[in-house]
Amino acid sequence: MRALVLLLAVLAIPAAAAAQDGRGFGPVIPKGKGEQCVAETDYMRRFHMTELTHQRDETMQRGVRTKRFSLNECVTCHATTDSAGRPVSINAPGQFCASCHEYAAVTIDCFQCHAAKPGDGGRAGLPSPFPMTAAANPETVQ
Amino acid sequence: MSGFDFDRRRFLSAATAAAGVVLAPGVTLYGIGAAARELDEPASADIRWGLLIDVNQCTEDCDACVTACNEENGVTGHGRPATDAQWIRKVRVRDPKTGAEKHLPVMCQHCAEPPCVDVCPTGASFKRADGIVLVDKHICIGCRYCMLACPYKARSFIHENLSDQKPYAPRGKGTVESCTMCVHRVDAGGTPACVEACGEDGNGAMLFGDLNDPGSEISRRIATYATHQIRGDLGVDPGVRYQNL
Ligand code: HEC
Ligand code: HEC
Ligand code: HEC
Repeated sequence: MRALVLLLAVLAIPAAAAAQDGRGFGPVIPKGKGEQCVAETDYMRRFHMTELTHQRDETMQRGVRTKRFSLNECVTCHATTDSAGRPVSINAPGQFCASCHEYAAVTIDCFQCHAAKPGDGGRAGLPSPFPMTAAANPETVQ
Repeated sequence: MSGFDFDRRRFLSAATAAAGVVLAPGVTLYGIGAAARELDEPASADIRWGLLIDVNQCTEDCDACVTACNEENGVTGHGRPATDAQWIRKVRVRDPKTGAEKHLPVMCQHCAEPPCVDVCPTGASFKRADGIVLVDKHICIGCRYCMLACPYKARSFIHENLSDQKPYAPRGKGTVESCTMCVHRVDAGGTPACVEACGEDGNGAMLFGDLNDPGSEISRRIATYATHQIRGDLGVDPGVRYQNL
């Protein structure tokens, strides 16, 4: 386990550097909205899968609706828009989730079911069942 | 795992402030007995969510509940009624002796003793603490035993790849699904989409509430009027009750 963590850390450092200055090695990862992620960036790189699966069971089985590690929130901050301003699937080639996973040969099935684009899914006008959605996005809070 | 510099306080206070503002009109608007839970509070076993449907109010030509359900949960069909997903069906019942006809919506009956849960080989079909029967699609292997076990034909299997699902209602090929009692709305202190639509665009035939709370409107009405559980003789104790059936 420790070896794996080390390996991932080693993988991730050049990845982030490359993403920041756009040099060609490692995956180029689109930057998230706001100043920081829901946990330290290093932690997110290594443990986002653990947190997501934990959150998944908490919400699904027990009805816990905290926002911090909610998959919908990842999409809100990490999905990008194309040149025409239309939202792009977060799992499309080169997009946030896919950029790293392609590089690391990881395949996820989450977005076969989960919405890969942010938005209210057509429920505009209804009182939001998740009032945190706006507040979790620092751009709206500040 | 220690040492986040994440500001939990700020995060939480933003959460409460926003919840106060946005939830308040929701709660007064629908006037249901359910106070919204805190986001980090799990569903409580003190509650049992249920529906009461007044069949006399439900008319043949109205499908407000079905439309609202499909819209809310992104349930779309391929024009193939035999296999398309259906979370609510309008059913016509007729007494052959008298010819009297009634129309009623039938969805997952959220049984207290759900047969779909008994037969599930993976534990994907489960009953939440507050009585809502769900499929954990993360665990579902698509075997469809639950569909056979259900006396109400309430579950559907997804046969094809889907796209553009609603963020709060993930759905995908190879899994079984059914009415979730709009668990995402209920968890935020709201009512199911069908009940809301029935009140606004329909005939106000549906009532949602806590069957365990003797003071809730649904419990009071159940205590006052004769109500009926479809196939109550099976002993599965449905959480959906029908009045004037
Ligand atoms: C077969 C469909 C399906 C697949 C595939 C799937 N999910 Fe889900 N997921 C659901 C459903 C249904 C819910 C319940 C939604 C609700 O009640 O709001 C859910 C809820 C969640 C939640 C809690 C809600 C949220 O947005 O935070 C998380 C986290 C989650 N899933 C993570 C994942 C991850 C990670 C994967 C991929 C490894 C995945 N899911 C794959 C159907 C699916
Ligand atoms: C409030 C907006 C926000 C939310 C919500 C959010 N992130 Fe982030 N995330 C960011 C920002 C901003 C960064 C870049 C931080 C940096 O550069 O140090 C980031 C960085 C990351 C990274 C590291 C990327 C890299 O360049 O190496 C991962 C992995 C990540 N996030 C995963 C997630 C996951 C998984 C979720 C959902 C549980 C999530 N994020 C939710 C804003 C967010
Ligand atoms: C910084 C690069 C990076 C980003 C960005 C990233 N991931 Fe990952 N992810 C990984 C790596 C590397 C693994 C494999 C870890 C392992 O095998 O232990 C992984 C594994 C996973 C797994 C577990 C897969 C499995 O089969 O066990 C899930 C689920 C997952 N990521 C979800 C996401 C989601 C959702 C996003 C977008 C919100 C995302 N990841 C963004 C690097 C990333």
